[in-house]
Amino acid sequence: MRKLALCDDILMQVEKPARYIGGEVNSVMKDKDRVAVRFAMCFPDVYEIGMSHLGIQILYSMFNSWEDVWCERVYSPWTDLDQIMRRDHIPLFGLESQEPIREMDFLGITLQYEMCYTNILQVLELAQIPLLAKDRDASMPIVIGGGPCAYNPEPIADFFDLFYIGEGETQYRPLLDWYLENKRNGGSRQDFLKGASQIPGIYVPQFYEEIYQEDGTIKERRKLYDKAPDTILKEIVTDVSHTHYPDRPVVPFIKVTQDRVVLEIQRGCIRGCRFCQAGQLYRPVRERDASMLKTYAAQMLANTGHEEISLSSLSSSDYSRLNELLDFLIEDCDKKHINISLPSLRIDAFSLDVMGKVQDIKKSSLTFAPEAGSQRLRDVINKGLTEEVILKGATLAFEGGWTRVKLYFMLGLPTETEEDIRGIGDLSNKIAAAFYETVPKEKRVNGRVQIVTSTSFFIPKPFTPFQWATMCTKDEFLEKAHQTKQGIMEQLNQKSIKYNWHEADVSVLEGVFARGDRRVGQAILTAYQRGCMFDSWSESFHNDIWLDSFADCGLDIGFYTTRKREDDEIFPWDFIDCGVTRDFLLREWKKAQQSVVSPNCRSKCQGCGARRFGSGVCYEEGNQET
Amino acid sequence: MKIRIKFAKYGSMKFIGHLDMMRFFQKAIRRAGIDIRYSEGFSPHQIMSFAAPLGVGIESLGEYLDIEVLSMTSTEELVSALNRTMVEGVTILDACILPDTVKNAMASVAAASYQIHLKEGDFCLPDLAGSVVSFYAQEQIPYTKETKKSVIEMDLKQGIYEMQVGETQVLTDIMSAAAAVLITDPTEERATVPCIRMTVDASSSGNIKPTVVFEKFCTFAGCEIPPAAIQVTRLETYTNQAKEGDSRKLVPLLLQER
Repeated sequence: MRKLALCDDILMQVEKPARYIGGEVNSVMKDKDRVAVRFAMCFPDVYEIGMSHLGIQILYSMFNSWEDVWCERVYSPWTDLDQIMRRDHIPLFGLESQEPIREMDFLGITLQYEMCYTNILQVLELAQIPLLAKDRDASMPIVIGGGPCAYNPEPIADFFDLFYIGEGETQYRPLLDWYLENKRNGGSRQDFLKGASQIPGIYVPQFYEEIYQEDGTIKERRKLYDKAPDTILKEIVTDVSHTHYPDRPVVPFIKVTQDRVVLEIQRGCIRGCRFCQAGQLYRPVRERDASMLKTYAAQMLANTGHEEISLSSLSSSDYSRLNELLDFLIEDCDKKHINISLPSLRIDAFSLDVMGKVQDIKKSSLTFAPEAGSQRLRDVINKGLTEEVILKGATLAFEGGWTRVKLYFMLGLPTETEEDIRGIGDLSNKIAAAFYETVPKEKRVNGRVQIVTSTSFFIPKPFTPFQWATMCTKDEFLEKAHQTKQGIMEQLNQKSIKYNWHEADVSVLEGVFARGDRRVGQAILTAYQRGCMFDSWSESFHNDIWLDSFADCGLDIGFYTTRKREDDEIFPWDFIDCGVTRDFLLREWKKAQQSVVSPNCRSKCQGCGARRFGSGVCYEEGNQET
Repeated sequence: MKIRIKFAKYGSMKFIGHLDMMRFFQKAIRRAGIDIRYSEGFSPHQIMSFAAPLGVGIESLGEYLDIEVLSMTSTEELVSALNRTMVEGVTILDACILPDTVKNAMASVAAASYQIHLKEGDFCLPDLAGSVVSFYAQEQIPYTKETKKSVIEMDLKQGIYEMQVGETQVLTDIMSAAAAVLITDPTEERATVPCIRMTVDASSSGNIKPTVVFEKFCTFAGCEIPPAAIQVTRLETYTNQAKEGDSRKLVPLLLQER
């Protein structure tokens, strides 16, 4: 039997010991003496969040399919265990072997959102690995970062030995092969990093430095190793139907956020909403074969025993074989009493029909994401959803028996006016009115319609047309939330509308990290050393410590958030090539300011640059580059 | 067709709580391809009932759940199909077909037997057996049960049906009594350690925790043993088959109607 890293006494003291024992169905055990590479794959948040992430499941399964590699999982110990591990000097361990991470060859950390940055430092410190890459000697694992936040790695560059830019399926094998070769040759850690910098998609931050101008913006990036590449082109999988996909995902013992089989039907999005980073990063759209998806759906359900399957993509309605896939799933899953969950579907007659078949209408709610309150502002952000479409969808849904609607908006978008904000209340009200017009009094199940309107604050992200945009201050954000609330209160149907808004402090910090440069790392380190951790959990977020840490590091938050950026400013992430050109993004930024929409990839190619990858929507029949 | 399944839970699985064990079995039954019956209605669930919930940290050689199946080749095949999809720390021991008239597992539970041993060292009592005998010989064992809602004075003695000392095998490195029984080669000579065994009321109305009995024993015998130092193992779960008016007749749940 496996020996656990933590003694019974500790496991009985902490909340949810199942977070730390491993041994789940489909977790992979190997003989450590018979593998050449040990890889710890980390999601720097609590187990229930980390276990819900598809990307890690894909990489875990791919790594372990290689006979000479053993990949284990590691998550952030929750604050209760964190304290005990620090007190008793217990090194952080992999869930599978229960052995220290420090003894492994690699520690891979996925970077899914900016607010987990302090948890990276927590994981490193608990693992007893030096926080700064420059302080690590040959005995330490190579610390590698990947995921969406790796597209602007500079704020956390000092903590990583290297970053993997793009989709993980392609270059890990060459990277591990080089690692083994270098080891055989007796090469040093530096030799490994130098060689790694020659592998496509791999960025070694210590081979570069940022030189700043007097105003604080970047003057140039200077290379410290002459063979290091000038730009790093992201890696993508060109054929997503013939690539690795996990047919035996790990099944957690405890309930996790995503407690179901996840079937990724496509990568990328044709829509091009101008605030959306994922919509640019994952271009071009690549669909998986329906036959591949059917096979995997059946296998994954059989191998996990999950009672639910969820389709995953940025915009499922745009998947061209959706009908066929859903017909198959509905028939197959009904026999096995398996639920189907369908996020990110456009609300129309087809999707309502499907949802009516697979969900309990009385319990489920409809979700619309207009993102902005007026048509003018929706044109600015290139969100192709009109009021007419929303009201038509809602009316159809009310006729079908739905009584709950969720609406998502953003506050602080570029060019936003008070009129746009009033539009949020107006639209919420019109949807409520549509219910009362559609459903006669005697047929209203719960008496009234429930509309939940939520707003988040707009945060400009790298590699979007809005990377040039100024962000609001905390006070501006809160004023906008106040106006939204007022606007809703004034509505005729205000009793049917509930309004939620997001915390502003966290949004401001997220804005700093998103477009930060290498200097920001010092503030992250300082805040961590003063106790910040689990910043995405409101109960452990300490804004005052953050503000002090920035001030003590001589950094101005406004420089990163509210400052106006010129068209030709050098951004910290400009050395990364995500496939979409800066010219295209700038064109889109200009069009946004004129409220001009851009058609989606299938309607008319906008020449974003992603065609160079040679696959996906760019090469569908009838699609031509402009 | 009603099926009763007996299983053991040990090692790291002792940290998995009751609700999560139910979820674990729901998924295991799907993986094993068992033709289980589902309830009617919009969101059907598997027809499944667990016997007495086991506290986190306690191991067991005598856990039970009942399921209803629509078809099945044999109980032997069902046991091996489930065992093929188990994890380290859960072993399906046996299964039998129940007559339709039998009450479900949870309603049938009357008593459970437990064993308590120390994870390290021994009880440090000059005469452990003698102390257990005199503890159990008491007319009454008063106990104040404090719940969130009330404080109840009760007599533990009424619910302790049996208590004695014994010897148990122990694996040197994992301290798992249940695993020692299940995994070790029975022909192999192994070191044994002393333990206390007891059979107590486990019915829904009068359930007694073995740790409470142990705590009272320690106070009585004048030894100080922190709760973290002991390992509790449930050995068996029983139903009461006494006819009206008779005294107790405890029978393991699996053998109830065989």
